[in-house]
Amino acid sequence: MTDPIYQTDALITEDIDAYLEKHQHKTMLRFITCGSVDDGKSTLIGRLLYDSKMIFEDQLAALENDSKRVGTQGQDIDFALLVDGLAAEREQGITIDVAYRFFSTESRKFIVADCPGHEQYTRNMVTGASTADLACILIDARKGVLVQTKRHSFLCHQLGIKNLVLAVNKMDLIDYDQAKYDAIIADYRAFAESIGIEGFTAIPISGLAGDNITSKSDNTAWYDGPTLMDHLESVEVRLDENMARPFRMPVQWVNRPNLDFRGFSGLIASGRVKPGDTVRSLPSGKTSTVKSVVTMAGDLDEAVAGQSVTITLDDEIDCSRGDVLAAADSPPEVADQFESTLVWMDEAPLVVGRAYWMKLGTQMVSVTVSEPKYEINVNTMQHLAAKTLNLNSIGVSEITTDRQIVFEPYTENRALGGFILIDKISNRTVGAGMLHFSLRRAQNVHWQAVDITRDDHAAMKNQKPRVLWFTGLSGSGKSTIANEVEKKLAIMNRHTFLLDGDNVRHGLNKDLGFTESDRIENIRRIGEVAKLMTDAGLIVLTAFISPFRADRQLVRDMMGEGEFIEIHVDTPLDVAEARDVKGLYRKAREGKLKNFTGIDSPYEEPEDPEIRVNTVSMSPEEAADHIISQILPLK
Amino acid sequence: MTLTHLQRLEAESIHIMREVVSEAEKPVMLYSIGKDSAVMLHLAKKAFYPSPPPFPLLHVDTTWKFQEMYALRERSAEEAGMELLVHQNPEAQELGINPFDHGPLHTDMWKTQGLKQALDKYGFDAAFGGARRDEEKSRAKERIFSFRTSTHGWDPKAQRPELWNLYNAKKKKGESIRVFPLSNWTELDIWQYIHLENIEIVPLYFSAVRPTFEYEGGLFMADDIDRLEKVMGRRPEITERSIRFRTLGCFPLTGAVESEAATLPEIIQEMLLTTTSERQGRVIDKDGGDASMEKKKQEGYF
Repeated sequence: MTDPIYQTDALITEDIDAYLEKHQHKTMLRFITCGSVDDGKSTLIGRLLYDSKMIFEDQLAALENDSKRVGTQGQDIDFALLVDGLAAEREQGITIDVAYRFFSTESRKFIVADCPGHEQYTRNMVTGASTADLACILIDARKGVLVQTKRHSFLCHQLGIKNLVLAVNKMDLIDYDQAKYDAIIADYRAFAESIGIEGFTAIPISGLAGDNITSKSDNTAWYDGPTLMDHLESVEVRLDENMARPFRMPVQWVNRPNLDFRGFSGLIASGRVKPGDTVRSLPSGKTSTVKSVVTMAGDLDEAVAGQSVTITLDDEIDCSRGDVLAAADSPPEVADQFESTLVWMDEAPLVVGRAYWMKLGTQMVSVTVSEPKYEINVNTMQHLAAKTLNLNSIGVSEITTDRQIVFEPYTENRALGGFILIDKISNRTVGAGMLHFSLRRAQNVHWQAVDITRDDHAAMKNQKPRVLWFTGLSGSGKSTIANEVEKKLAIMNRHTFLLDGDNVRHGLNKDLGFTESDRIENIRRIGEVAKLMTDAGLIVLTAFISPFRADRQLVRDMMGEGEFIEIHVDTPLDVAEARDVKGLYRKAREGKLKNFTGIDSPYEEPEDPEIRVNTVSMSPEEAADHIISQILPLK
Repeated sequence: MTLTHLQRLEAESIHIMREVVSEAEKPVMLYSIGKDSAVMLHLAKKAFYPSPPPFPLLHVDTTWKFQEMYALRERSAEEAGMELLVHQNPEAQELGINPFDHGPLHTDMWKTQGLKQALDKYGFDAAFGGARRDEEKSRAKERIFSFRTSTHGWDPKAQRPELWNLYNAKKKKGESIRVFPLSNWTELDIWQYIHLENIEIVPLYFSAVRPTFEYEGGLFMADDIDRLEKVMGRRPEITERSIRFRTLGCFPLTGAVESEAATLPEIIQEMLLTTTSERQGRVIDKDGGDASMEKKKQEGYF
């Protein structure tokens, strides 16, 4: 074992002030290590921590003790034990989650994401790679380039990591054989080029023996490149590249301590900004001039990518959380339809057509994902046909947002091109994506500026537009009650329209069947039509079973605040089945009708509907009166 | 211009705090008066300047903190223009729970249960804490946004992936988030930043001649000798020594170190030359063996 070369700096004892001055100017590099199960990642990280003096004596004593007790290195120190954290993992002897480690040298602080190599943990690797400037891909010199090596390299490349280090580990176990090393490099190069990786740095190392980690190894005299540590200390930090790009700052928070101050707070994603610069607020497109760049330490002459600041403007322009302040002469694009790479991270697969939340920068919008164009086999890089994406799969899909968002392709700007998807019911982070480009459809269909606004339409009809969304089991009485309500509204001189199975299924939606995706699309279209009708000022009544909460939520999200009124026509299954007006329950019971709600397909009751009517205790007319009383006043 | 590591850490912490304020309904900052809390509070002031931080400070008090800590607590809250909430578990108060007679129960009742009570009482849905990933092994895998069930439980398998700087703060009613804006700071970063930004910390971090006594092999400070006598059943033998603290908690649980370091550079110098890790002075990690912090987290300890 070699001695740590990052011995205590003499300055610490001799001139602590000089030492502090020096260490206050360190830069920071974030990187990830990835490799297969036994490639020695944890050992390498333990070694980096050990060699940079980040291990204290008491930890070392514990480590020596643990090494003898549960280590895999006989009487020697098992560095892997330093970094294996959670109890469950220690028992299994593997790492199963992303762990972040810290060490620093004289010129840099490092944050290492330790990423597991298991096939089922693509999710963790993508997470670790998302914040990394560099990826260190480990190869076991005895095994060479494995399927997992390819997968890790591919994912790092997808996540936009340009600095790839191929650390050929366990060189001691192949007797530091240059020919074997060269063969591995040639093999890897061929693969890297085939997937578009532009370059990589290969280093022969031994994490266990310490070769070429912090000091050049005599065992690899034939190698004339940098040591791993030299390379980590000298490689360019990604943030610095971002400074050369045009200015962008997603607005996080509007700072308004009093009437005289209105500042926009955010983390600068790219470029620079200084007082006097003309900036554009997107998506509105309004421009103004930067008045000041405010921080608690005083106003700045200039701020750069990576800084958190508060900007004040000369004009009172409308700008709030989710908007992006950008260089006025080169603003980012605004669109609502995109092609995107998508990594699925949840046990429950992607549901095509279902609405998810998308968080991109500080923007939170509702989105739907189309059927994947293809899924990518991460082992062979082949494109496969796919109907959906499952946990740990990666594919390319079109994504539609419910309103225009500000974005840039991920390859140009991670902050405006990377996003997460959140399930609206479970609130879990279910996917992550990288936008490629906006689709022409969205770009070319500009919103027609209309002189007669929806408010004008509503005012002419002397009513507030609304959607009365009746949901309930088949035979619960939705259409009957909706019909009653519409008649009563007509008597009150209101302008209404009733959408039900008869006028929708036979026309607009006659191309749709009864698969899950089709059912979602059916509801989505009804929602869109209802939305157009509310734009025209109408009170729209819809009568569809609409059994799934997520789908009803999707429609709710399309409508303005307070315009969507969910009415649960609450009829117990046995009552609805006993009525069986259309004889459908009998058919379903006989197995002649599949996926019938209430029989072999669930009905998810509304948890908190605006109105609930009980058809056992109320007649249709009473129910209609109750509904009208709940939606008054109509203006 | 290349940003230094401290500038980047600062910008990241500020970004995290602004996200929480924008997306949570009722955030609070847990304030323990230690050096990490001091840095966290300083960053909060920066994040929202010229507004005061738009959330209160909450101190979950055990009644066993050092007097100098209580003094700084009041002053810091006032200077920041923030409301200070102090919660003391009434049950622990009534039972007279103390570190000498009750061992681990002291931490459980005053801190773990006290914290849950306070969060429930005020209905906070997001709580900033000053924990760092470098402190302890199981912390290295902690998310920046850490989700707790409505009973404040922590399930390592149910934590959400965190990509880029996109934090998912969506949650159901009753669930809450612990947020750790200092996740990526190390002990050295904290000290350097305190030095650079001239942040006020409890004087106990600096060496001075103080009354001390030895207890079960550790060196402790006699902060309130009468009270100590009452719970220990004897008056400990006091020796005046030049000591300081590397970490601050309850005075009978926090070991002192003999030291001459009286300025920040001297403290940093001592820290860099020292050979034992920060938490060693704290008794808490030792109960329950190897995975003790993880176990405490599952039970709801911060």
